Amino acid sequence: MNNKLNRRNFLKISALTGGGLVIGLPALNSCTNPKEAREAATSWTDVNAFLKIANNGEVTIKSPNPEIGQGVKTSMPMVVAEELDIPWEMVTVVQAPLDLENYKNQWAGGSQSIKRSWNVLRMAGATARFALISAAANMWSVPVSELVTEDGKVLHKASNQSAHYGELLEAAASVEAPEEVKLKDPKDFKLIGTDVKNVEMANILTGKPLFGLDYKVDGMLYARVIHPPAFGATLASVDDAAAKAMSGIAHVVKFGEKVAVVGKSSWEVIKAANALKVTWNNPPKPESTEGHVAEMRRLLGKKGEVRRKDGNPERAFRQADKVIEASYEAPFLPHNTLEPMNFFAHVTENSAKLVGPTQTPERAMRTAMSITGLKEDQVTVEMTRMGGGFGRRLYADFVTDAVEISHQLKLPIKVIYTREDDMTAGTYRPAFQYKFRAALDKDGQLTAYHQRGVSVNGGHVTRDLNIPSGAVGNVLLDSHVIKSEITTGAWRSPTHNFLGFAEQSFIDEVAHAAGKDPLQFRLDMLENAKNNPVGEVKYDPERCIGVLKLAAEKAAYGKAPAGVFQGVALYFSHSTYVAQVAELVMEEDKPKIKRIVTAVDCGIVVNPTGAINQVQGSILDGIGHTFFGALSFKGGKPEQNNFNQYRLIRIPEVPNVEVHFVKNTLDPTGLGEPALNPAPAAVGNALFAATGERWRVTPLGADKKPGVVELEGRVG
Amino acid sequence: MPTYSLTVNKRKMEVDVAEDTPLLWVLRDHLDLVGTKFGCGIAQCGACTVHLDGNPIRSCSVPVSAIGDKKVITIEGLSKDGKHPVQIAWEEIDVPQCGYCQAGQMMSAAALLKKKPNPTDADIDAAMGGNLCRCASYLRIRKAIHTAAKIQNS
Ligand code: FES
Ligand code: FES
Repeated sequence: MNNKLNRRNFLKISALTGGGLVIGLPALNSCTNPKEAREAATSWTDVNAFLKIANNGEVTIKSPNPEIGQGVKTSMPMVVAEELDIPWEMVTVVQAPLDLENYKNQWAGGSQSIKRSWNVLRMAGATARFALISAAANMWSVPVSELVTEDGKVLHKASNQSAHYGELLEAAASVEAPEEVKLKDPKDFKLIGTDVKNVEMANILTGKPLFGLDYKVDGMLYARVIHPPAFGATLASVDDAAAKAMSGIAHVVKFGEKVAVVGKSSWEVIKAANALKVTWNNPPKPESTEGHVAEMRRLLGKKGEVRRKDGNPERAFRQADKVIEASYEAPFLPHNTLEPMNFFAHVTENSAKLVGPTQTPERAMRTAMSITGLKEDQVTVEMTRMGGGFGRRLYADFVTDAVEISHQLKLPIKVIYTREDDMTAGTYRPAFQYKFRAALDKDGQLTAYHQRGVSVNGGHVTRDLNIPSGAVGNVLLDSHVIKSEITTGAWRSPTHNFLGFAEQSFIDEVAHAAGKDPLQFRLDMLENAKNNPVGEVKYDPERCIGVLKLAAEKAAYGKAPAGVFQGVALYFSHSTYVAQVAELVMEEDKPKIKRIVTAVDCGIVVNPTGAINQVQGSILDGIGHTFFGALSFKGGKPEQNNFNQYRLIRIPEVPNVEVHFVKNTLDPTGLGEPALNPAPAAVGNALFAATGERWRVTPLGADKKPGVVELEGRVG
Repeated sequence: MPTYSLTVNKRKMEVDVAEDTPLLWVLRDHLDLVGTKFGCGIAQCGACTVHLDGNPIRSCSVPVSAIGDKKVITIEGLSKDGKHPVQIAWEEIDVPQCGYCQAGQMMSAAALLKKKPNPTDADIDAAMGGNLCRCASYLRIRKAIHTAAKIQNS
């Protein structure tokens, strides 16, 4: 990405203040940061789409992307503040609404927010700073080159003159801000790379309304939607007499295959929806986990669609000294954001106001347009903070619910899902399986690699740019897709979230079969990729080696005391490199995870405290789901619908997670997902070291005797 | 509909709701105290944890009719100024990711610290095992509880 700003995206200061200052906005936005004692702001000037400056020098930065817990509402404004050279205490952050004219990539997915906006955010701050410096130069008749910025002020040290940014706004109005200015050298960063706490801290800690579920307006009614119990089922008839007779119930609304109960309070609609008597037409082909698993296993024995081929894998396998083969299996997973799906819509004849937790505000807008026939400029979308995303809120099914109901009733409607509604109407992580084969020559060199994938409604699950592709002369990747009525979608690091486990466990199997140390085996492969790359290589072998070595060093890999078992894994995804060493101890014949040592190369770490939180959270998320996560189906119906039947990782099961970052000045890449992917394999490989058994089916141990493995963390 | 008189965060409040209405929804929908969160409705996630006469309870699973004159404290009433040791520690350790579970976590932690001013890791496991954090901020939660204990005891 180049550093050029799209001119349309940035109002020049001259253009904006030419129309007059925005007078009299009270400083009510200043709830996030305690301000130093300073005169209250009485006027604000919009400088560009990302920031406005008050006459007292305070700055409000608009955070464009949805905040789902990944921390972008803190880290993205930090980047703007860095280039503007404004102390963080003088910054207030607000969430920008959907604004297609001014922002690009206003969504949260693929760990892309920081990576894609890095240069735009920097330029937003830098061009504003440039205009302020130029204004001071004009005012004081000194050359720009003699001016510096510090603490939200422009200084001319030689003449001892200074002015805070608020004092320069008027003069800056006549400055022609260029599209591109010089950005800071990363070594001069003052804010980036320091720990900045969650901007919403005070509001979270005192229970202020922040989330979609907290949003209310006068006259708003609540709605609970009943969806078909089985995937593929359709609505036959509804007897709503009992529900309608219940207290607080105002309407019963049908749309698509769904029925909604609308009423005055959450509890009243939750109860009344249970009183609906709905008849459903059963799905023509009810699906079951048993059926899916059998069909996937069958297809793994058949040639699939070729996704990558290097060299002559068939011949290499024929000539192999040793062939290693193994299959890995994963179930469907619900997202289970702790805040269940919910959304607010108020549709009138000529407008629609949408408010709520969405990772894709533009999709929400388009959904409303297609249901109501309204035009783009008649629909507004505001994003609330989200109680988790993990990919679930990329979809618009819950937006559809709210808009459909509000469109029919022309009332402000808040749709709420119970946990049961949420878990049984998912866009699940698809179930998938892999079969791997590796060919070794008589020296234990990897000569061919074959990966075959199959998914239920998950598209092609082979990843042609993954290691070891590029590092071995003969590669074959092929795959199958099974169609299904079950809705699936992106779940934190789609495909990689299980491929990381499968592939990095299998590599371990191959290393052991070759009689090599699993770490050294990986390093050797990467040397191959570096020196003799085969086909397309997207990962940087050097950065892979860097994280592997850092993790190994920090974990004292290979030097563990007796009774401590180590497993290593490496994964590259979302442009970020992660390696991990997991350590287990055996206590009373049961393995316990002691710690996970992680090395991450994501380029510049914008906000280390937030980054560590993300890395630790994703690792524990990955481990938790690998040990416990499974959503099964019978007759097309999910068999688990709440946390009494669906287990998530809890505090007693959590091991220590140590996080180390590779220090460099490369442009930053994302952290919401990548650290999840190698963690389950690092643990599985350590389990192999401890038990001599291979763990190939998730949830772990599902294919073994009950009680063989339990997840128990040991902190300290 | 029956009228219930409740003492929430040291203030008397009245609500007209059906007797089976869970305290959680009374707080959120009728008293505008939305800091207490809904996560499961069946006492499995802890997002709705409040104090009833000082004890942590899952407000999703206690009907309003069972409250009587017991005193309810929610996250909004945990401290006057947001400076309960748990709140200070949570900020110092920068615990929240999405933040949705944290009110429940803090209410459970505050109740634990009242009973055990110096909780061990095993005490934390026992007291906090009912509180899910889907973002898995557990390591920081544990650390923040130890920090809060120090703040409380100093
Ligand atoms: S909502 Fe009460 S425990 Fe989950
Ligand atoms: S911080 Fe997101 S659920 Fe705990």
